[in-house]
Amino acid sequence: MELHLILLFMIFAAIVAVEAKDLLSSLIGLSAAGLGLSLAFLILKAPSLAITQLVVEILCVIILIHATINKDLPFIKDGRWLFNTISTLLFIGFFLTLAFLALKELPVFGSPIMGISKDYIALGEEKTGAANLVSAITLGFRSYDVLAEITVLLTAVIGVLAISRRIGKIDAK
Amino acid sequence: MLNKQPGMTLIVKTITRLTVGLILIYGIYIVLQGHISPGGGFAGGVIIALSLIHLILAFGREAVFKKMNEMRGLVLIGGGALVFLFLITLGFLGIGFAQTGSRSMLFNAGIMPLCDIAIALTVASGLFIMFLVLIGLASKEKKT
Repeated sequence: MELHLILLFMIFAAIVAVEAKDLLSSLIGLSAAGLGLSLAFLILKAPSLAITQLVVEILCVIILIHATINKDLPFIKDGRWLFNTISTLLFIGFFLTLAFLALKELPVFGSPIMGISKDYIALGEEKTGAANLVSAITLGFRSYDVLAEITVLLTAVIGVLAISRRIGKIDAK
Repeated sequence: MLNKQPGMTLIVKTITRLTVGLILIYGIYIVLQGHISPGGGFAGGVIIALSLIHLILAFGREAVFKKMNEMRGLVLIGGGALVFLFLITLGFLGIGFAQTGSRSMLFNAGIMPLCDIAIALTVASGLFIMFLVLIGLASKEKKT
């Protein structure tokens, strides 16, 4: 029941974030949706994910506020609104049809098939020695996934540095 | 850059001086307790980066660049990733994990706390550098 209330709140906040006229209001809507997502993770018994979501959300909000506090970008309203609306509706219908077909094939929410994860739950603490089962999986059984995540983060930082570098650094000196 | 006085007002500076150490210590706690309670390297690293960003927002960049700047952050990113790669490849030798104490002890789960520390180094310095670059504070020698 609380989960449904939080999901409704998140949908409302997301609509506000999309439809708000100025950037700061939509940023507040976005952060409200992120807070709702963190609470939903808590209700679904995933405290580690909830902590990470909350903290990353705070960092993103700080960066976005700092980047958009002095700019108010105008929204383009006129133009090909008929074509835009029709194509958007067509795409939404297409996507919903495909999603309905795909969701019928998934297992029921909350009762997954539990193939290999049964072994993780049974043997996790014994094999790795960690009391936190999430860490036992992410750093024990699935360490190479974390290695790939670290690589992705490293690549992202290098990409940001390379994109935002001043052009003509060699010419300037 | 824009203001003559770097940073924010006196109230913000005073409260920041009181709270930023607590935030940093809480981040380190989250990192070190990653194999016992919820948390871990990612969440703790982001909290450590948030404490540094808090300092930048309150005091201006000059006060933080004495302790942590872009070059040092790059070294920490590379070092953390290399240490993590080394620890992960230890798994091929089969010396990864061992239960050396009771389940609530700090040095328990083999290489897991070390992995958490390496991840936290990478995440904290990476997000710090991303903040600097995206906000545009990193160009310190460009504006003469």
